[in-house]
Amino acid sequence: MTKSHIKVTINGKAVEALVEPRTLLIHFLREQQNLTGAHIGCDTGHCGACTVDMDEMSVKSCMTFAVQANGAAITTIEGVANADGTLSALQEGFRMMHGLQCGYCTPGMILRAHRLLQENADPTEDEIRHGIAGNLCRCTGYVNIVKAIQYAAAKINGTPYQEAAE
Amino acid sequence: MNEQVKIDIDRAERTEKLQGMGCKRKRVEDIRFTQGKGSYVDDLKLPGMLFGDFVRSPHAHARIVSIDTSRAKALPGVIAVLTAADLKPLGLHYMPTLAGDVQAVLAEHKVLFQNQEVAFVIAEDRYIASDATELVDVVYEALPCIVDPFKSMLPDAPILREDIQDKMVGAHGPRKHPNHIFEWQIGDRQATDDVFANADVTIKEMLVDHRTHPSPLETCQSLASFDKVKGELTLWGTFQAPHVIRTVVSLISGLPEHKIHVIAPDIGGGFGNKVGAYAGYVCSVVGSIVLGVPVKWVEDRMENLSTTSFARDYHMTTELAATKEGKIIGMRVHVLADHGAFDACADPSKWPAGFMNICTGSYDIPVAYLAVDGVYTNKAPGGVAYRCSFRVTEAVFAIERAIEVLAQKLGMDAAELRIKNFIKAEQFPYHSALGWEYDSGDYHTAMKKAMDAIGYTSLRAEQAEKREAFKRGETRELMGVGISFFTEIVGAGPAKNCDILGIAMFDSAEIRIHPTGSVIARMGTKSQGQGHETTYAQIIATELGIPADDIMIEEGNTDTAPYGLGTYGSRSTPVAGAATAVAARKIKAKAQMIAAHMLEVHEGDLEWDIDRFRVKGLPEKFKTMKEIAWSAYNAPPPNLEPGLEAVNYYEPPNMTYPFGAYFCVMDIDVDTGVAKTRRFYALDDCGTRINPMIIEGQVHGGLTEAFACAMGQEIRYDEMGNVMGASFMDFFLPTAVETPKWETDFTVTPSPHHPIGAKGVGESPHVGGVPCFSNAVNDAYAFLDAGHIQMPHDAWRLWKVGERLGLHG
Repeated sequence: MTKSHIKVTINGKAVEALVEPRTLLIHFLREQQNLTGAHIGCDTGHCGACTVDMDEMSVKSCMTFAVQANGAAITTIEGVANADGTLSALQEGFRMMHGLQCGYCTPGMILRAHRLLQENADPTEDEIRHGIAGNLCRCTGYVNIVKAIQYAAAKINGTPYQEAAE
Repeated sequence: MNEQVKIDIDRAERTEKLQGMGCKRKRVEDIRFTQGKGSYVDDLKLPGMLFGDFVRSPHAHARIVSIDTSRAKALPGVIAVLTAADLKPLGLHYMPTLAGDVQAVLAEHKVLFQNQEVAFVIAEDRYIASDATELVDVVYEALPCIVDPFKSMLPDAPILREDIQDKMVGAHGPRKHPNHIFEWQIGDRQATDDVFANADVTIKEMLVDHRTHPSPLETCQSLASFDKVKGELTLWGTFQAPHVIRTVVSLISGLPEHKIHVIAPDIGGGFGNKVGAYAGYVCSVVGSIVLGVPVKWVEDRMENLSTTSFARDYHMTTELAATKEGKIIGMRVHVLADHGAFDACADPSKWPAGFMNICTGSYDIPVAYLAVDGVYTNKAPGGVAYRCSFRVTEAVFAIERAIEVLAQKLGMDAAELRIKNFIKAEQFPYHSALGWEYDSGDYHTAMKKAMDAIGYTSLRAEQAEKREAFKRGETRELMGVGISFFTEIVGAGPAKNCDILGIAMFDSAEIRIHPTGSVIARMGTKSQGQGHETTYAQIIATELGIPADDIMIEEGNTDTAPYGLGTYGSRSTPVAGAATAVAARKIKAKAQMIAAHMLEVHEGDLEWDIDRFRVKGLPEKFKTMKEIAWSAYNAPPPNLEPGLEAVNYYEPPNMTYPFGAYFCVMDIDVDTGVAKTRRFYALDDCGTRINPMIIEGQVHGGLTEAFACAMGQEIRYDEMGNVMGASFMDFFLPTAVETPKWETDFTVTPSPHHPIGAKGVGESPHVGGVPCFSNAVNDAYAFLDAGHIQMPHDAWRLWKVGERLGLHG
């Protein structure tokens, strides 16, 4: 199959590659770029485990061809940590609030939450729940994911985190 | 500050530093998972690795006339195509199931369910493999199929399993029909019949726990790498029970077990889906052995939902007998169990219907009788325990729905009826009519705490007002109060009644203290999200006085971990957790000898103090565990071997019996059928609590899966045996928007036989949650004489209930 030449920026690094036109972005990232943080959970765009950030939008990379990413800037979970290697506010929030269990949905969930907080720096619980509705988690029941995102928002905004009343 | 306060502060600080049992320790796993650095099977990449993909049957029941693989083999990049004809000479076209049946790896003459594996294509990449599956030409001759289990044993039913049609005695006794698998009976039938014949009040209800699927977010996958020179096989896979998989692979492949290295890396959720052995595992192994290169198999979601391990499909005719005052005097249950095309339940060998005989629940029921008939149908094989101990969700659903039906018939409050029939705290250990010995419980206390917390009396008053308002036409909303008081049975199990393939269901821990006082410990279990790396370390920290942060927990590598039966049925804490405590205590006993030598006192003169042995009466004379560890390698006492490590294989004397009181308040719009959970309160008693944060997380997750099962999740088939909706488009997995908010609470009744008193909790919320939701829905419609409403309670079905009852005008 004839391959296409693409140029993408992944986690701040310029990458050039040859891909088949049908290669999905998730396979390009996982298999050609060895960025295995994003996962495949459903193959149909429902679960969001493959979520990455592309040109400041959340994208389900199992529903996107690699060629569609040509010229784009992509952030994956591997590019989320702070520059000094410490956990970002969201990563820390997920750990502090027990917002993950098996860890399989976590990279997609964090990337989605990252974009959500870019769009809405101080979301309500309801806005968070709707904002992550495209990402499924089988383990946590979402309660602590919501708290993790609230924790991160507070940290980023420099406000004290108040755990929502039970 | 006086001396005693100083001592207390010092001890508190030392205790806190350990991060031992009872503290909300943050998870060590999260460091890698939050950075995308987990290592799941599909993340693994080996040089020269090939990809396998299945050709699957479009028919539910059909004869295979021919298979032509030539077009597929001609596709560039395709390396091999395996069919039953290739596996048969190796004796691998069938594999044994954990339930004593055999299952086709690749279909030989017939297919028995839609999407059954027919051929396995191996290619250079997953795209080519997928392309090639469409180039395998299979000619089928469709046969009449059985979808309804009630039609399986009709005299003129088509015979499904021709491979065993002459074998009229199965793994669990005689078979009544070629499509019959087993009949399992327990209890005193005659005494039960007598009680029913003379009872004041009886109820009988067909309660269906419908077919669903555990659907962890990561599907089932494997990567096999056979080294032809060494004759060794390394198999990575999504295995909840890696050691069992190693033994199974050895038994069916003939490879010696020491030359098989089974590794379960990080697992993206299991919930029972990853206990059994699947055709994909076998085909990746065979592919690698034949080709001498690594072969990976990764299931897609449709394959996962439609082929590997469904759950439930229990049709339970449930009867209770009671006095007119509401004392339950007998229970009688008949279950028709639909196992699909092969009996691939993952139960302990002697339990073809799992622990269904826990169905007398939390109540002191003097006599009971249970019979289960398992049958074959043209559906996917399985019958796994989806986030529960074996068939316990079914059992608890039966009793907890039935008791509500009885309450309604008696005109009694459902909570009051439960309380009246509870096993009393002083009756433990309690021997149930169907053969279990409940280890401990205090049901009345838990129920009272829960009722007070939810405000039960005022909820019933509010409901009564709402019902009147509904009758007056002032509201279109129905209010339901759901109750569930469950008793789980987990931690399989004692060797006398629990084994898998003849291997007793012990579990194990090996703890090794390094000279500098840090630790590596390995267990025979395998976390799939439960946080074992965090919690086992907390047990060791408390037992040995070494900070949890200095303890590494490793699971899943069968070369290094001691043999264990794996993680399912909430058995990790009850069994491997016990092994961990016992192994730690062996180490502590040796440490005491070393400390005595170091301090030049008699062992008996020492006492344990958080992280050290100190001389009784001379607290300033002590040796910390860290100092003792160094001494164990540097200057051990004479006649004592150097080193500081221990292993324990723990065979539990009994199961553990966690319990809980759940309440759900639900509002249902009769015109749309949309049900809104206003409150859900879950009180769990799992004995000693190791990490409250993780327990709460487990409860949240289990309740969410219970919510899914009760309120919409289903694997449905049409009359042709086509599986309906095997994708997340149709299969209900709740998002953050639909999922209710959870309130959690607890009581603590330790297990008397467990070394640290822990009982296990991961599955309780699922077991207790499903009937609680269903009871809430049923309760909402109860005053309209709706009769029992079957699950799942999605909006469409609830709208239909409204139609049936003439509520839509």
